[in-house]
Amino acid sequence: MSDVLFYMFAALALGGAMGVVAGRNPVASLLSMVLSLGSTSVIFVLLEAHFLAAVQVIVYAGAIMVLFLFVIMLLNLGHDYRPDLRVTLWLIAPVAAAGALFGILSRGLRAAGAPAGTDSPVDAAVEEYGAIGAIARPLYTEWVVPFEITGILLLVAIVGALALAKKRV
Amino acid sequence: MITDSLVLSALLFVIGTLGVLIRRNAIIMFLCIELMLNAVNLTFVALSRLVGIDGQLFVFFVMTVAAAEAAVGLAIIISIFRHYETVDVQSFNLLKW
Repeated sequence: MSDVLFYMFAALALGGAMGVVAGRNPVASLLSMVLSLGSTSVIFVLLEAHFLAAVQVIVYAGAIMVLFLFVIMLLNLGHDYRPDLRVTLWLIAPVAAAGALFGILSRGLRAAGAPAGTDSPVDAAVEEYGAIGAIARPLYTEWVVPFEITGILLLVAIVGALALAKKRV
Repeated sequence: MITDSLVLSALLFVIGTLGVLIRRNAIIMFLCIELMLNAVNLTFVALSRLVGIDGQLFVFFVMTVAAAEAAVGLAIIISIFRHYETVDVQSFNLLKW
């Protein structure tokens, strides 16, 4: 059952990703991206990362994609159908490079995922503290300094975005 | 399922790379970068099944960085659009050698 779901949503994620690259209309590309992110969040659920699946839908597919949509509509690019794919050599070389990259990546990742044990260390933590507690506990103890720095990063990003997008700098 | 997820994330990453290389619309290129970040998130989640919960924490941080990056990057695109009236990266050639 979960294998069938996995392959279904893996296909949807790949289809969405291809839609992003191949789509003519920026808004259509963006909606394909939302499809891809949503399918990925289902795969997160299948991998027992329930909290991250929820965050993926709320933050990624919700907030970040809406930000992109606002910018596309603000710049009025929704009906910009000019072909912007590169041509001939500029199309062949990247495809070859991407094929090589996939070879390297899948080789390395297959090796990393090979010793697939039966019981995962994540399950024990989720059993003891719950899906959110299992993430929150290390986040507020072991990783509290990176967590606070992330807060500062967000503040800097807000100030930077406002300063950059202001009418007259 | 872990190995399948890793291969899926490699495929998503490569599609994202391809998008950055072949598209000229700055916003689509930016979306493809988000796609690559998402593929890496999938790798982290899949490997956290083997290694421990820390992988899921990294995903949390990657999402925050992606949000910050999207905000700043889109602000840059807006200010470039004000100047050039386009988001085609071929017209931004001031720093081109």
